[in-house]
Amino acid sequence: MSSQTATTTVPTKAGACRDRTRARRRRWLVEVGWKYLFAVVIVFYAAFPLVYTLSAALNPRGTLSAASGLFSSLSLDNFAGLADTRYWTWMGNSLIIAIVTSIGSVLMGAAAAYAFSRFRFSGRRASLSGLLIIQMFPQALAFIAIFLMLLALGEVIPALGFNSKIAIICIYFGGVLGANTFLLYGFFNTVPIEIDESAKIDGATHAQIFWRLIFPLVTPILAVVALLSFIATYSEFLISRIVLTSEDQWTLAVGMYGWVSDQLTANWGLFTAGAVLGAIPILVLTLLLQRYIVGGLTSGAVKG
Amino acid sequence: MSVKEAEGQVSPPSDDRTPRRSGESHARGWRGVGWGFIVKLILVALVNAFGVMVVISAFRVESWFILGAMIVLVAAVDVVYFTRRALPLKYLLPGLIFLLAFQVFIFGYTAYIAFTNYGTGHAGTQEQAVEAALIQGERRVENSPTYPLAVVERGLGELGFAINDDGTVLVGSELEPLSEVGEMGAGAPTDVPGWTIVERSRLLSDQALQQTVIDLRVPVSDDPNDGSIRSRDGSSGAVYESTLVWDEQAQTITDTTDGTVYHATDRGSFVADDGSSLPAGWFVGVGFDNFVKIFTDPRLAEPLLLVAAWTFVFAILSVLVPFALGLLFALVFNDPRVRGRRVLRTLFILPYAFPVFLSALVFRGMFNAEFGVINDLFFFGANINWLGDPWLARFAVLFVNVWLSFPYWFLVCTGALQAIPTDALEAAEIDGAGRFRRFWSIILPLLLVSTAPLAIASFAVGFNNFTVIYLFNNGGPPIPGAPYGLGYTDILISAIYDISGVSGGAADFGLASALAIVVFIVVGVIAAISFRQTRRLEEFQ
Repeated sequence: MSSQTATTTVPTKAGACRDRTRARRRRWLVEVGWKYLFAVVIVFYAAFPLVYTLSAALNPRGTLSAASGLFSSLSLDNFAGLADTRYWTWMGNSLIIAIVTSIGSVLMGAAAAYAFSRFRFSGRRASLSGLLIIQMFPQALAFIAIFLMLLALGEVIPALGFNSKIAIICIYFGGVLGANTFLLYGFFNTVPIEIDESAKIDGATHAQIFWRLIFPLVTPILAVVALLSFIATYSEFLISRIVLTSEDQWTLAVGMYGWVSDQLTANWGLFTAGAVLGAIPILVLTLLLQRYIVGGLTSGAVKG
Repeated sequence: MSVKEAEGQVSPPSDDRTPRRSGESHARGWRGVGWGFIVKLILVALVNAFGVMVVISAFRVESWFILGAMIVLVAAVDVVYFTRRALPLKYLLPGLIFLLAFQVFIFGYTAYIAFTNYGTGHAGTQEQAVEAALIQGERRVENSPTYPLAVVERGLGELGFAINDDGTVLVGSELEPLSEVGEMGAGAPTDVPGWTIVERSRLLSDQALQQTVIDLRVPVSDDPNDGSIRSRDGSSGAVYESTLVWDEQAQTITDTTDGTVYHATDRGSFVADDGSSLPAGWFVGVGFDNFVKIFTDPRLAEPLLLVAAWTFVFAILSVLVPFALGLLFALVFNDPRVRGRRVLRTLFILPYAFPVFLSALVFRGMFNAEFGVINDLFFFGANINWLGDPWLARFAVLFVNVWLSFPYWFLVCTGALQAIPTDALEAAEIDGAGRFRRFWSIILPLLLVSTAPLAIASFAVGFNNFTVIYLFNNGGPPIPGAPYGLGYTDILISAIYDISGVSGGAADFGLASALAIVVFIVVGVIAAISFRQTRRLEEFQ
């Protein structure tokens, strides 16, 4: 806050120069300096678990205890050890599911937002409010119905039953439309409709307008929505745990839970090495795109 | 992007497509199909092909609901994409299909299940329950003849038995009772019209096939009481009959060994007069029973009340504490005199950039009483049982959630602070408002206008934050005496998970769905009320 306007009555005595610098330094300490100290505390709070994870990952003895101090011994054994596990299969599954889900859900969301933003049709308002209501209810709460539905679907189409990446992607597709459409709808409305109209006069079809005009203009928000849905899908646990039943189909979240769910046999060295690598995709994306994410977040999305 | 820039990008596509002259007929304006049309054709053809495939296999397993839904779906796709009308639907349909199938339908289905007793022992129709009961009571008929038998196959792996009953060849499968197909001499059937004989060598080498053959039961007739043919070795068969007899008229199953009569009840199970019941049941509507049970069964209601209370506390504190922290940090570091704010911001939001499931699991290890770093480093090796004590576990899981979400609020509040007009603050300052007065009367109200909807959304997320609760401590420590393994840090959604039994153990889908419906209602009411409140805040602005 701009509180630096406090009055500075300067005594006009000769030799008061030293007093003045001392006073200024004290004021700096009181108003600004402590903020650096405070920052150190926050950074410690924020970063300690992460630094600690890195240290444990590099510790070949595979314990979580800090008795020997952080980074006391360094080795890449744990990382190499991941090759003997299913870790990379899980990582691949997570990436495939998250990438396909985010691309597909953005395309569907953009198409829906385009329809709501550009066409005036009967039932438009009703469907918009319908979407708003539906998206308030988390899909995860209905996991029993998902479970039973997959039982029935799997009998007819095994590819849409349990243990199928396609099935889980379809389920995620079903859950994202509401929230995404609203984020995108707001942004689509900021693109002036005159653009569409002039293109229409020039003979462009609605499909051309959508793919060639609107799409390039809304790319930033599409990227943000895709990223948020990537992050959410990558971390999703409940539905993946139910749907993906065999070890080679697990995602990272399900697989790594299995590693530490039994505290006694848990291999924390492998786990922390996996955690460090598993965090990289999200870490890099978030830090690179943090400015866009802030914009996206404040327009309504939440980390879940 | 500004309007001007946007329009600059717009003009090029328009000139290479010669616009249709006004007055020219539609047919003369035809310029070939275009690749867009071809792509559409291919995609819709794929959807149709998929639809036909689903319809065929749904027909085979007699899934009439899926069959019907698929026909409607394919018809809708064809109509929407091959008419000139329904333009908005061309864009809405793909998302709409998934939304209807995997969101709207499952909500409806959840509501339906909430009014049934669906779960372990009540998973199918009454017919299936009878069949299951009879199979469980099945014994080989004493002194019954042994028939020479051949394993036969047709179509896509449909297996059956062909037997030689004194020169008459009878064939049947699991779904089709035995029927006569021809005559022959002694020995196992060698030629069965409409079926292929499975070679004995293949039977001997294929373990999975052997098991299927051993499990295969071919009913002797339409009446389940007549028993069925089973084979131990794949070359001879005998009639097995259940010691239980099903009387469809009286709706009873009688145990012929001791004469116990089990009556079908309207609760979906067979119960004898002495109160004992058969394990196989079927699912029936039970009205509001599940809901009544949630609120009145003392063994369940008390732990659930505890869980519900904790859910609210957890969700509210998971918004308030990180919000307060984030706001405090934002206020402190929204100061141009602090250098390196960009670096600090990046360091502050590190927890936010770490996947939630990993954070929860890492903290699970760090809070471990024996080898966890928290006891080791911050409590001088004391053996504090963070995950085993109700209050400590609650504190720990809140701590984790605060750590996870304060960066989000820090980012949001920083953004919102920068959007507050400085002239209002300056005016207040000139009027002599102090720092706190300015905060309470100007900054906070203005900030709440933009952040309150986010707070509500994040309350809803916290209310159903399964990942953190389950991965951190499985909702533990367990509440002594609580059914379904409910624990002190369980929130409603993880309690529903435990009750549902989808992860194994006895399942009670009906009860769990009823609880899910209650949570739906709670979330809906809270969302509705708070959105009304936010609108009032906006008016205030």
